[in-house]
Amino acid sequence: MRVVLAEDLFLLRDGLVRMLEAFDFEIAAAVESGPELTKALAELEPDVAVVDVRLPPSHTDEGLQCALAARRARPGLPVLVLSQHVEQLYARELLADGTGGVGYLLKDRVFDAEQFIDAVRRVAAGGTAMDPQVIQQLLSRRSSDQPLGALTPREREVLELMAQGRSNAAIASQLVVTERAIAKHTSNIFGKLDLPVSDDDNRRVLAVLAYLDQGR
Amino acid sequence: MTRLKDAVIAGAQGLYLAIVSLVGSIVLFVFSVVSMAFLLLGVGFLTTPAILMGVRRYADAHRARAAEWSGVQIPVPYRPFPAGKRTGLTGQVERCSLMLKDPATWRDLQWLLVNMTAGFTLAIFPPALLLYMVYGWVLALGVWKPIHEAGGGEWFAWIHVTSQSTANQAAALGVGFFVLGVLVNTSLVRSHFLLARTFLAPTAAMRERQLAQRVDRLTETRHDAVDNSAAELRRIERDLHDGAQARLVAMGMDLGTIEALIETNPARAKQLLAKARHDSGEALTELRDLVRGIHPPVLAERGLGDAVKALALRLPIPTEVDVELPGRVEAPVESAAYFAVSESLTNAIKHAGADRIWVDVHHGDGMLRIAVTDNGKGGAALGAGSGLSGIERRLGTFDGVLAVSSPAGGPTMVTMEIPCALS
Repeated sequence: MRVVLAEDLFLLRDGLVRMLEAFDFEIAAAVESGPELTKALAELEPDVAVVDVRLPPSHTDEGLQCALAARRARPGLPVLVLSQHVEQLYARELLADGTGGVGYLLKDRVFDAEQFIDAVRRVAAGGTAMDPQVIQQLLSRRSSDQPLGALTPREREVLELMAQGRSNAAIASQLVVTERAIAKHTSNIFGKLDLPVSDDDNRRVLAVLAYLDQGR
Repeated sequence: MTRLKDAVIAGAQGLYLAIVSLVGSIVLFVFSVVSMAFLLLGVGFLTTPAILMGVRRYADAHRARAAEWSGVQIPVPYRPFPAGKRTGLTGQVERCSLMLKDPATWRDLQWLLVNMTAGFTLAIFPPALLLYMVYGWVLALGVWKPIHEAGGGEWFAWIHVTSQSTANQAAALGVGFFVLGVLVNTSLVRSHFLLARTFLAPTAAMRERQLAQRVDRLTETRHDAVDNSAAELRRIERDLHDGAQARLVAMGMDLGTIEALIETNPARAKQLLAKARHDSGEALTELRDLVRGIHPPVLAERGLGDAVKALALRLPIPTEVDVELPGRVEAPVESAAYFAVSESLTNAIKHAGADRIWVDVHHGDGMLRIAVTDNGKGGAALGAGSGLSGIERRLGTFDGVLAVSSPAGGPTMVTMEIPCALS
């Protein structure tokens, strides 16, 4: 799988390259600025891009803007955005086109190599990987709502993992239960929240996020 | 051609100024004098401030016209009202005496007298010079005759019109007046405003007093700014010392222990490694929160508008944000404005018991204007020790002002204005 990586801090870039290579990714390019990233995304057609939000020369949200522009040119281009801070504002912009293949994680998440690589693979396959912090912010904001209040603690746990982009199998292994039990929980959640039932992981995440994001 | 056009425009302006100067000045002067006479009876205390404010508004309108039509800048000389005005009857009396003590008030009244006479005269000439020609032509076209035959000897300026030839002279003279008008009209309107400036602009003594007040204000806000930044630095130092620094020390100790244990007790070493990783995550979280308190990342990345939107998304109460900023606000103002909004929102959430908040951010007339409104229980006040007076001090460094409207029962509206340019 070919990856374009954009990160301006040498140590982090180097570490990410080594980690990705260790998990059999091919690094198509590892760049350090916005213009280089735009060029690499246009010319190298990677399977997935891992992008830092803040890049030179402007040191603003240049990485995010480049990624969004590249996705407009090539809808569904898988992009995993990394940042020192997560903002719902940015998460919304990434999810806005509804085509999936997006990830948005805190840089801390690279500490856990396996989970991080799992997220990269999920995004590359057209799925979603949302940072737990984004989901928690959304949930805490709406926890007083009637439908969310009707969820059992276990269902809330499942909802949180589902919104991060995990498949039923992944949720089952994390919560140490059978996949059938998770399937039951998810159909309960969909029922209580009045969401359309769907087998496709990505549709499922988008539905949940749209639900959590509504009315604000 | 542009000259002719300018002259005609000046004529229209003169006509407007003549009417407004005559009617407005007489009415306001009479009201002012009568109202001040009633001060002896006490009633005047209620009416005088309102009427004097009317005079000021009238003068301000004239100042605006002067800048717009003739490029004559007339600065505003009025003394500012001290902060924390009282309301009710005592407030009225206080206001009244403050206004009467302001020399600018008396100069306003002098100007009203001059404006209804000399000001009116200067203003009426531009339209008269242009329109008189029309009358001359009307006479020359035969109207002189019935007037003459009816026994009236019509005078056109200094020409006694009694025959066709004198009527023709009148028409020619009218053309002369018109040409004169084309030449001098804009200057006449300008001189009307220059006359106004001699009364409406602050005198040297008033300017000196304003400067002295400004120096006092600057000294005060500079002290506040220094105090604020010192307090901020102390807070950051303490947070780093107790937070991230302490965690890094703990991590270092754990790593040392791991080094010692790795061969003798691998299971325990693994446990400690997990703990060290957890600690590093915590240290990052603490640093992140600290950074947010110093300068929020979204503010650096996107500017004030999106930073406020991102902030609103983090709040537990639904908050609507409306931003209209055609450019980027200067960095120091941006930061001050952000924290002012942040503090107002915190207040609204903690104390107001609101379930909806609206934030409006826009820029106009060289001012950044922000309003934070909530539908809570009201009763917020600008007092010592309240978060709001902290914001006021912070904004003071940028000559910004803050106003709070918070009647008991709500709603509360905090408005801020900071002079600044957009880039």
